[in-house]
Amino acid sequence: MRSIVKTPLAVLAATTMLSGAAFAQDSLSGTLRISSDMSNPAPRAIMEGLVEDFGAMHPDLDIELTIVDREAWKTQIRNVLSANPPDVVNWYAANRMGPYVNAGLFMDISDWWEAGDYEGLDSVRGALTMDGRQWGIPYTYYQWGVYYREDIYNELGLSEPTTWEEELANCQVIVESGRACYTIGTRFLWTAGGWFDYLNMRTNGFDFHMALARGEVPWTDERVRQTFANWRVLIDMGAFIEDHQTYSWQDALPLMINGEAAAYLMGNFVVPHLHDAGLTDDQIDFYQFPAINPDVAMGEDAPTDTFHVPAGAQNVEAARAFLAYVASPEVQTEINGPDGLGQLPVNANASVADDEFNQQGFTMLSENAQGGIAQFFDRDFPAEMAAIGMEGLQEFMVFPDNLDDILGRLEQARQRIYR
Amino acid sequence: MTIVTDTGTWVRRNRMTVTPLLFLLPGILFFVVYVISPIFQSFGISLYDWDGLGAGEYIGLDNYRELMTDRAFETSLRNNVKWLVLYLLAIPAGLFIALFLNQTVMGIRLYKSLFFFPFVLSQVVVGLVFSWFFLPREGLLNAMLGLFGLEPVNILGDPQLATYGIIVAGLWPQTAYCMILYLTGLNAVDPEQIEAGRLDGAKGWRMLWHVVLPQLKPATFIAFVVTIIGALRSFDLISIMTNGGPFGSTRVLSFLMFEKALGEYGFRMGYGSAIAVVLFLIMLVFIGYFLWQMWRDERAARR
Repeated sequence: MRSIVKTPLAVLAATTMLSGAAFAQDSLSGTLRISSDMSNPAPRAIMEGLVEDFGAMHPDLDIELTIVDREAWKTQIRNVLSANPPDVVNWYAANRMGPYVNAGLFMDISDWWEAGDYEGLDSVRGALTMDGRQWGIPYTYYQWGVYYREDIYNELGLSEPTTWEEELANCQVIVESGRACYTIGTRFLWTAGGWFDYLNMRTNGFDFHMALARGEVPWTDERVRQTFANWRVLIDMGAFIEDHQTYSWQDALPLMINGEAAAYLMGNFVVPHLHDAGLTDDQIDFYQFPAINPDVAMGEDAPTDTFHVPAGAQNVEAARAFLAYVASPEVQTEINGPDGLGQLPVNANASVADDEFNQQGFTMLSENAQGGIAQFFDRDFPAEMAAIGMEGLQEFMVFPDNLDDILGRLEQARQRIYR
Repeated sequence: MTIVTDTGTWVRRNRMTVTPLLFLLPGILFFVVYVISPIFQSFGISLYDWDGLGAGEYIGLDNYRELMTDRAFETSLRNNVKWLVLYLLAIPAGLFIALFLNQTVMGIRLYKSLFFFPFVLSQVVVGLVFSWFFLPREGLLNAMLGLFGLEPVNILGDPQLATYGIIVAGLWPQTAYCMILYLTGLNAVDPEQIEAGRLDGAKGWRMLWHVVLPQLKPATFIAFVVTIIGALRSFDLISIMTNGGPFGSTRVLSFLMFEKALGEYGFRMGYGSAIAVVLFLIMLVFIGYFLWQMWRDERAARR
């Protein structure tokens, strides 16, 4: 299947780029060095496939691909960028780019955006913009939302909730059936960040959430307290599994798989894990996090993974061509397809895989996320605030009574960090 | 020419001093470059606000002032003290097992190796095994508590208990280490002194306290040194078993330093260095004591 697709795809991509970009394709030569964090099996295959196909289009170009473990890359990128930088690197959108943009280590590629290299990427441009300039391109993103056990909901006669009242009523039924409404593993903290993102965006709206992320609102604000009050309703009714502070997000999966918990607020990457554990599409389904405050538009978390060109790149021309290639609709369709990452393509002209979850996610993000699209707690908040914040969120989930103390601590951190 | 011969004779005259210095030189060089100078660099960096990328901003003692109000620092410091005190339990425990195993029965070598086994394991493996042991639902500990009709506990998920849980895991290999030190020490105990003590009517605890232990003093000293060092290096177990959590309650200074300076959300090099300096000063107390102790022993030996 892949080999049949490849050749026409390469030709297509080459033609679109010839029309889109203002430089000659065949003049690419020398070495293009790429450092990637796509180390998990499926992404790795995609990255290697990209390099192979791109290399076939440019026979004179030598491509050196280095794949670094995804977790290790989060600290290694600093060394890689400051000493002998490659031509293309992977990273994340939004505030996570901040340190490298501020240190002048990412190349400003606004001109390439202006020149029309990335037609169809307008909707995601904001996530790559800092100080009014663009610093990279996205290549994939995925929705967050509630993945639930359809069979359990059917057994209990429940339907997908759209309002907070329905949500609480559903949860009450689930708890009474001896299950937890939600499984979660907060050992590595970020899962709690997802809950806060949604509760805050639903309670106070996307714009308020972003203002909080930018440090413009104190954590002790009454509106923030309202978010935690809503959260507490769920905690007090026993909606979450016990001992979640001991589990990683993967450790928490079996509870949903064996039916002790009915749902999981998670990113779309959870789906292959559920399938691998033997759950069929009849047993799992997806719904958008329900509205809480009917007056605010829905905001969604949809983390975006990106490519950047380091400021010290040697082969800028080849890097530019590679970025344009990755962003093109055909390549986007292929790498985000069911045989690839199984996520959402960033190019509006690409087609979304014919998959229940991708389709629902795409519809949700394009039609029912008028509030705005956030990256994620630890990508929207500055790193330090995110770290201290997520620790507080975890503590709140275990000891909700400590709220005043937690908020005081976060507020103290906010005043220092956003100075 | 005369100068050359002069140096020649100078070298010849001071051969006894120059030769050891020359032999020490490569070692000293590396020690200075990789150990001594980073210590002073840390002092320097701790006065800056620096993310490790751009230029740092000089902020004087602000990092230290922040440390004073940082509750994470306070928790870590307290945990370090817990580690230092409780980890020392490995010494009496190791002594006890060594005395127990110091006998000649069939297959004693096998028993000794079995007791020594945990020390051979990597700390990461020890951490993993114990985190499974402590698991809130499936863990062996709760299964055993259940046999006695007790309520299950989630040791690693409880901010009050988690540190103790990790220390218990650390004591397992550390006890084995102290045991092996004492076993070798017991080999060197003079049988004639034991005999003499026995003639004078000493047995049991009195024999142990007045005759055996004084002869084990070198082993005790080494056991003390390695245990203190082990307690201050308790990084890997924490990282594996709780990752510093729940909500930062199991961090120690070295872990906090790593998180602040090199962790995923860190890169506050100045602040991390300030923590490193405090950790260094704490270690300096012990290092000073060890050096003084060794110097005293050397002098006593020379007399």
